[in-house]
Amino acid sequence: MVIGLGHYLFVAAVLFTLGILGIFLNRKNVIVILMCVELMLLAVNINLVSFSVFQGNVVGQVFAMLVLTVAAAEAAIGLAILVVYFRNRGTIEVEDINAMKG
Amino acid sequence: MILQALAFYVFAFVVMASAAMVVVSRNPVYSVLFLILAFFNAAALFVLIGAEFIAMILIIVYVGAVAVLFLFVVMMLDINLTALREGFLKYLPIGTIIGVILFFEILLGLGVIGSNQSTLAALGKAGPQVLPIDNTRAIGRVLYTQYFYLFQVAGVVLLVAMIGAIVLTLRSRPGVRRQRISEQLYRPKSDAVTVVKVPTRGGV
Repeated sequence: MVIGLGHYLFVAAVLFTLGILGIFLNRKNVIVILMCVELMLLAVNINLVSFSVFQGNVVGQVFAMLVLTVAAAEAAIGLAILVVYFRNRGTIEVEDINAMKG
Repeated sequence: MILQALAFYVFAFVVMASAAMVVVSRNPVYSVLFLILAFFNAAALFVLIGAEFIAMILIIVYVGAVAVLFLFVVMMLDINLTALREGFLKYLPIGTIIGVILFFEILLGLGVIGSNQSTLAALGKAGPQVLPIDNTRAIGRVLYTQYFYLFQVAGVVLLVAMIGAIVLTLRSRPGVRRQRISEQLYRPKSDAVTVVKVPTRGGV
């Protein structure tokens, strides 16, 4: 009944797979795609923190903080782009999102 | 020990279930709320493993900032929900196949299943290492000395993201009247005041 490293890695693997699955299933809804990217980053953070704790090395947690920073920045920029796109087109479907190129 | 294991199983189950609900939810608002639940339970997992600082940062940053941002955007945009659900069933088989393959690849790579169990078993047998100082102090000692430049770069990344988001969403709408104080202050006297000679009993 001892909770080992494998348990945490299993949870992280499930979260990562669910993130990938969500990107495949919600191909039209950019908001849900961004949320799935956040889920995948959460899975990566769980991996980093659990390896860090089980090795007794705190550097992994520092790296998890940096991943968190980048995730926050990515969400802010992504949602800003989404708002501008919706303002211009009136929809958030991904089908013709390449209209953003120059 | 048994209590800790029980807590782990509860939190892990709720994390995975709410992540699944994020994916399959019909309404994006529910997706955001399940995302918040997943983050809370992931923070609980971190507390359980002994990484309190990351757990609190996770709640503050993800639940306090990112998830609320998502909620604002979902509520602000007037989305046609039925049109966005199209293709969900069409992509379900291929998505499931790819997801299952990827999942087993990850498990094989980690050595959870299969023959390559040496590194994981060696690490996992030791159990969580307990550092002699508390978690926040340990992170601070490393973060502000060895990784100081990375810390600064993280701040720059956040600054760039903030400026980028402001520049992207800022717009000047035509036809909106607003006060422009500098123009008011620099208006010359000739524009503002005219002296009119009014004839007696004539009016203006």
